[in-house]
This record gives sequence, structure tokens and C-alpha cells, in this order.
Amino acid sequence: MATQHSRSVARLMMAPAVVLLLGWMLVPLTMTLYFSFKKYLPLRGGDLGWVGFDNYVRFVSSSSFWPAVQATLMIVGGVLMITVVLGILLAMLLDQPMWGQGVVRILVIAPFFVMPTVSALVWKNMFMDPVNGLLAHLWRFFGAEPISWLSEASMTSIIMIVSWQWLPFATLILLTAIQSLDSEQLEAAEMDGAPVLKRFYHIVLPHLSRAITIVILIQTIFLLSIFAEIFVTTGGAFGTRTLTYLIFQRVLESQNVGLGSAGGVYAIILANIVAIFLMRIVGKNLDA
Amino acid sequence: MARAVTTRRKSLNTILAWVIGLLIFFPILWTILTSFKTEAQAIASPPLFLNFDWTLENYAIVQERSDYMRFLWNSVIIAGGSTILGVIIAVPAAWAMAFVPSKRTKDILLWMLSTKMLPAVGVLYPIYLLFIRLGLLDTRGGLVVVLMLINLPIIVWMLYTYFREIPGEILEAARMDGATLKEEILYVLTPMAIPGIASTVLLNFILAWNEAFWTLNLTAVDAAPLTAFIASYSSPEGLFFAKLSAASTMAIAPILILGWFSQKQLVRGLTFGAVK
Repeated sequence: MATQHSRSVARLMMAPAVVLLLGWMLVPLTMTLYFSFKKYLPLRGGDLGWVGFDNYVRFVSSSSFWPAVQATLMIVGGVLMITVVLGILLAMLLDQPMWGQGVVRILVIAPFFVMPTVSALVWKNMFMDPVNGLLAHLWRFFGAEPISWLSEASMTSIIMIVSWQWLPFATLILLTAIQSLDSEQLEAAEMDGAPVLKRFYHIVLPHLSRAITIVILIQTIFLLSIFAEIFVTTGGAFGTRTLTYLIFQRVLESQNVGLGSAGGVYAIILANIVAIFLMRIVGKNLDA
Repeated sequence: MARAVTTRRKSLNTILAWVIGLLIFFPILWTILTSFKTEAQAIASPPLFLNFDWTLENYAIVQERSDYMRFLWNSVIIAGGSTILGVIIAVPAAWAMAFVPSKRTKDILLWMLSTKMLPAVGVLYPIYLLFIRLGLLDTRGGLVVVLMLINLPIIVWMLYTYFREIPGEILEAARMDGATLKEEILYVLTPMAIPGIASTVLLNFILAWNEAFWTLNLTAVDAAPLTAFIASYSSPEGLFFAKLSAASTMAIAPILILGWFSQKQLVRGLTFGAVK
């Protein structure tokens, strides 16, 4: 029974969280917008006045823009493909009866809890190092020439590292979704002689479609802004400079704040396009 | 007959799952193993698996040379502080939304979620500038506030989904029995809410511990947590596998253990209640 009194108490209880988040959103956003219309070089003259949409045009027409878009798409697309496909297979396997299921699940989930700088450095040095890395040993064992992973196959390497980090997330969510599948339905289909692939396409996949969508949307938002993995491995070299990394370099390394801010606005718009779809699903779930 | 088939299938499942599980876990296992080797053994060819002289010297050297404990302490303060602060602010908000819902509750929740979607790099310079102006750059206090703000939407969401599962009838029953609002909150609701709050604290501590955008960009020396400490090993002169492994093992061990307790909450927290 919500009375007028309890409503105003409730409003008061929500106020700190709402005000803080509003400030967190509006203040930096306004500043980014403000800088994006200025020629602003803190180390070379400071605020050099308004330039209209100049930064927006220059950011897009710079020679590093399209490669950055390409790198971003390749990382997001590659990681999504690997984690979703392997995640579905792994979730289906983990759902089967077996001994030591709890332990296996822990082994599979563990990479998610490893901090990004650790996983990137461990992969970079102990696995992908062309001389002492474990993969180099493996290559030599089979008589092949070891690969300098992070320079010759930089994109593949980054996708491998990030996929290793995110596979647990996809698996765990898809496993949770699979466990809510009615096993009687599957058994009935098996009795009727439906082959494995048919059962998968007509029963399992439709049941998982919402969970898959959620995995894709949430991962996309996080993957669009991966930073540490590139920061400690290639530093944006060898074609791994993503949009996020490009903006970081413009803003903090070359201190071209106006140009970087325009890039930031593009990044915000891009993330919001993905976010709208995610919010629709989450919002629908709230009504239920 | 049917029984035999099931056992065989179960054995196959078990073998396959364990092989894949160990393969996925292997980089972590390898890091832990390497941390107990000498630098020479760490790069031995062919690689040594268990047949080496186990030593703890790397742990001692990492602590001695780079004062590991200071980074650990920074991580604890930053992750712990931001989580506690976030929960203090989020509990009343989630409480109000769960028990006194209005027409706008859903909009507020979704709006909060949308602030989480803001790409950090888009607001990097403004935050950097504000930090310089306010003297917060490379301070633990500044990072506590920023990490609290980026995780606040998740904290509110998780608490909201937990609180909503507390049945309202219990409150009415308590009221009928003459409980005052204070008693109601203290003796009826709090005990029921504690498991949800604990799960929320756990997951957010993990997220804050591993956060590696703001912690890398807003710290230099004094307030640098473990994420930044490990990143300092990316320079070529830091290429010591055994020491890198020892530092990495110490940085991830606490979270691996906490993480294993929080598997279920992970799904709820990171999908904003959309998958349970």
C-alpha cells in the first residue's frame, strides 16, 4: 500500500543514486561535447578557439580511422563468433551427466576472474613469445618455425586472448539457459528418433535464442571498449589499434583533446546503438 | 542394457569435459607452476612441468623489489571502498524501487543501466581533467569514487532483483502483529535481504578488482593497484617469466577463490536479471 508519505520517502531514498549517476553522465558528457567543437591542445597552446565540426570531419578522414574501425570490427566479430559457438557447445556438454561436473565448471569459468592485464601478459610472454613461449616449443616440437604471434599474427593473437577471457561468460550464461530447458521434451524427441542435429536446431537453439542475444549484446558493449589487452601487448601496433585505443592515443598520448573528444562522441553513439537493443530485451523482462 | 549405455556415455562426457576444462584452465595452471620455478627453469627447453626444484624465491623477490604489498593494499582499498560505498548508496534506492514501485521505476532502472553503456574512453579526458583540477589524480579516493560510479548501476540492479523476490505479504503480517517500521526493517527485512546484499558485494568486489581502464589511466605510483602493477611488466626489461608468474598468481588468487563462490550471481549480475 503505497501512500503519499511512503512515496516521498521512496523518492528521498532514490535521490543519492539518481543524482550521482546523473552527474556522472551529464558532466563528463557535456565536457566531451564542448571539447569536441574546439581546437584544444593542452601542451601546445591550450584552447585555440571554436572550430565547429572540424574535429568530427578530421577524425573520420584521418588515415588511421578506417583501419581502426576495421580492427574494432574484427576483434568484436571474431571474439563473438568464437565465444558464442564454443559457448553453446561447451554449455551443452556441461549440461550432460558426468563425474566431477562442479570441478569442470570451475575450471571453465576461471579465466573470467583473471584480471585483463594478467591474462594479456601471461599469453603474450609465456605462450606467444617467439623464443621461450610454450607455443613456440610446441611448434618446434612438430618441426615448424615458431611464429612471432603478436607481430606477425597480431589480430589472431588478440582475438585468441580476448576469446579466452570471454568464453567463460558466454558458457555460463548459456549453461544457465540450457538448464531451464525441459528435458522431457528432448527425451520425447529422442524417442521419436529425431537425429541429434534436428533436435539441436528445433529444440535447443530456439530455446537459447534469447540468451544468445543477451550474450552478444553484453559482450559487444564490453568488447567495443577493450583496452588493457591491447595496452600491454601490442600498444596498438601491427594493425591492432581499435577505435577505443585510437581515441586514447589522441587524448592522452598526443594530447589532441579536441580531436579525441570528437572520436569519443562517435564511440558513444556507436555504443548507444547496441545499448538500445539490449535495453529493449531487459525492459521486456522487467514487465514479466 | 540401457544402464550400460548410460554409463558409457557418462564416461565419454566426463573425459571430454575434463580435457576441455583442463585445456581452458591450463594458462592459469601454467602461470602458477612457473611461479615456483627459477628464471632459468622457467624458460627451459623442453618446458618443465612438474620435474623442477620448487622454490618460493620469486615471491620474495617480487615483494622485495617492487613492494608488492603496497599494490595489493591499494587494490583492497579501491575495490573494497568502491563496493561498500556503492552498496550504501544503492541499498536505499533498490529498496524504494522494489517495495514502493511507481510508474517511473522501470524507466529509472533502464536509465541507470544506460549510464553503464557509456564507453569510458568517450569521457576519458573530462575525468582526467577533473581529477587534475581536484587533485585526485593518482589518489585512492578518486578511484574509489570512479569505480563506485561505474558499478553503481549493476549494484542497484542486482539488489533490486533480489529485493523484489522478498514477498510483500511478510511485511503485512509483521505490520498486523504490531511491528513498527523500524522493527520491520531491522528484524524482518534485513535478515531476508542479507544473502542478496552479500552476493552483490562479492560480484562487485571482483569487478572493481579487475577493472583495468580507469585504474591504468588515473594512477601513476601512489595509488596504483595490482592491475597497474602487472602492466608495468609489459616493458621489455621486465621479461622475467618466473617473477611475472609469481606477481600474477598473487594478483589473481584472491579473486579466483571469491569467484568460485559467485558463479550464480555472476549470471544475474552481468545480465541485469535478464537470465537467472
